[in-house]
Amino acid sequence: MITATSGGGLGDRSDGLPRPYRVASLRQENHRTRTVILDGPVDAEPGQFCMLWLPGLDEKPFSVAAASPAAFTIAAVGPFSRAVHALAPGDRIWLRGPFGRPFQLQGRDALLVGGGYGVAPLLLLASRALAAGHRVRVAIGARGEGDLLLADGFRQLGIDPILTTDDGSQGQRGRVTEALAPLMDADPPDALYACGPHGMLAALADLAGKHRVPAQLSWEAYMRCGIGICGSCEQDGLLLCADGPVLVDDPVLREERS
Amino acid sequence: MSKPDLAVSIAGLRLANPLVLASGIFGTHASLMVRAARAGAGAITAKSAGTQPRSGHPNPSCVDFGGGLLNAIGLANPGAAAEVALLIETRAQLAPLGVPLIASIFADRVENFGRVAAQIAEAAPDLLEVNISCPNVASDFGEPFAGSPATAAAVTAAVRKQVSVPIIIKLAPNVPDLGQIARAVVDAGADAICAINTMPGLLVDLESGQPVLANRTGGVSGAALAPIALYAVYQISAAVDVPIIGTGGVSSGADALRMIMAGATAVGVGSAVYREGPAVFERIATEMAGWLAERDLTLDQIRGRAHGRVLWPEAPSTPPVPHAAARATIPQEHG
Ligand SMILES: Cc1cc2nc3c(=O)[nH]c(=O)nc-3n(C[C@H](O)[C@H](O)[C@H](O)COP(=O)(O)OP(=O)(O)OC[C@H]3O[C@@H](n4cnc5c(N)ncnc54)[C@H](O)[C@@H]3O)c2cc1C
Ligand SMILES: Cc1cc2nc3c(=O)[nH]c(=O)nc-3n(C[C@H](O)[C@H](O)[C@H](O)COP(=O)(O)O)c2cc1C
Ligand code: FES
Repeated sequence: MITATSGGGLGDRSDGLPRPYRVASLRQENHRTRTVILDGPVDAEPGQFCMLWLPGLDEKPFSVAAASPAAFTIAAVGPFSRAVHALAPGDRIWLRGPFGRPFQLQGRDALLVGGGYGVAPLLLLASRALAAGHRVRVAIGARGEGDLLLADGFRQLGIDPILTTDDGSQGQRGRVTEALAPLMDADPPDALYACGPHGMLAALADLAGKHRVPAQLSWEAYMRCGIGICGSCEQDGLLLCADGPVLVDDPVLREERS
Repeated sequence: MSKPDLAVSIAGLRLANPLVLASGIFGTHASLMVRAARAGAGAITAKSAGTQPRSGHPNPSCVDFGGGLLNAIGLANPGAAAEVALLIETRAQLAPLGVPLIASIFADRVENFGRVAAQIAEAAPDLLEVNISCPNVASDFGEPFAGSPATAAAVTAAVRKQVSVPIIIKLAPNVPDLGQIARAVVDAGADAICAINTMPGLLVDLESGQPVLANRTGGVSGAALAPIALYAVYQISAAVDVPIIGTGGVSSGADALRMIMAGATAVGVGSAVYREGPAVFERIATEMAGWLAERDLTLDQIRGRAHGRVLWPEAPSTPPVPHAAARATIPQEHG
């Protein structure tokens, strides 16, 4: 049973129109990923996303990687993400949001798992979890060494992330779920928080389910409006932009309900 | 004080309550339409479908400007063939809930309205809504057919000829004479009218000087539309006797009751579903029932009330005027 992280309405939509920011700086993260740091804050919780707009080009959703100042970690894969990479300090960029339901800390012991650019929202989550006194463990998966993202960011927080690569070029070889299986047996966390490709999230949901650990998974979908009205991001009767992107899969709740 | 019955009927079809999920919101997936029905909608309208799949307009395609939404989704839809499958699946899931399904269609030419209608009728929806009023596809299709009595009637007749399911014609607010257009579509065979679609609008970003929507212009919905929708329903109910689904800016029981007082039989809810989620249906219905119960009134007793006039003490008090009788006393058009 997958449910939204909290009941009631679809969240606060007071920030309805795109607001102009300027690019303060850009940081190269890996061969195709840059973090765009803006000149002002965004009042966002970890796991929420914003719609970034370049007038005349496009508008797309990106996870909030840092809130103050606002930052987004973006992989250059197509026309819009490449255009964001091409911005220079001082250039304008607009954003709507934040939107969506964030991660919500459960218990005292957090395991954060990121795949690909899904690591983007986890750095913010890690710093909030540490500030709230949680034990925080982090695992990052990628195809190869060059695709690993933000490992240094976690180290700066004092967390030594578990690294896995499909080709074994750095960290453990194989899928991040395989690397986590022994940890989940020996010392399971109170909750697992993850963002990344669907296959990884599905595997993590299974793993967490087996260990009866609640999983907060951030799913990605093709989004248009970003505010829960157009239906583009439907998944199993939920709108991922409004009911998600973070959905809670709680095996204990699931058993109680069935 | 008994719990008032909110049931209404449109073209012989019973709705447990007058609240209709408006086309284009949650109407893209069976799962979402069922969710709205479970949450208390009296009827469900699917997203408008045309002959061919359309991906709609680029982003930004819908923003909240505070007073409501401006959208140019651009009639994104999977095309009639896929829509038939979607409607069949949805109808099967709505049937056990007792919630009727309204299909919605659009087309680029009068003949094509007949064609899509015939195709969509295969899914046997309870009602068929004909969207002749989307303001967001003018660049593709030209001005909406809702713009003149002649084109509105031509589309209605073309659909009427093809299908036996009762048809609802969805009208636009930005026309010179709504009463005349309403009469034209009813004469051409419309069983009901939905009013209104969104109102054309523009938002400009101050910093770039550019329109906010990629389509440049869009349609205004939500709170900003409420008085315009009330006006339209008032005009239409003065002109024709078919049931009206009053749509535009309804987000509370009070809004819905006002729509019925203006002459509507049922009430469409679209943008409010975005603000509050599908729980909005239950809340609006509860607020309506509470208001009616406190005053010991029924929906029939308040329908069309806005068309009557209050008589002050020196005149003998009159009972609330029912809609049909009230029509005789309405000031017809503003000069
Ligand atoms: C809630 C949410 C949060 C998101 N957060 C981020 C984020 O933090 N960082 C980020 O970079 N993107 C993020 N995205 C994806 C982002 O919105 C765009 O889809 C992405 O930037 C591609 O847009 P584009 O116009 O550049 O390329 P497109 O033309 O849309 O895509 C080009 C091609 O690349 C593929 N593709 C898209 N994204 C990726 C990817 N990451 N890796 C490999 N192939 C890809 C597409 O399927 C397509 O074939 C998020 C999406 C959602 C829904
Ligand atoms: C995002 C969006 C999409 C819409 N799509 C359609 C559509 O496909 N067909 C249609 O007839 N009306 C469409 N409408 C108009 C609504 O059905 C309704 O008439 C209008 O929004 C006014 O009601 P509201 O203020 O309750 O939203 C759409 C409205 C919105 C906001
Ligand atoms: S992106 Fe429009 S409903 Fe989610």
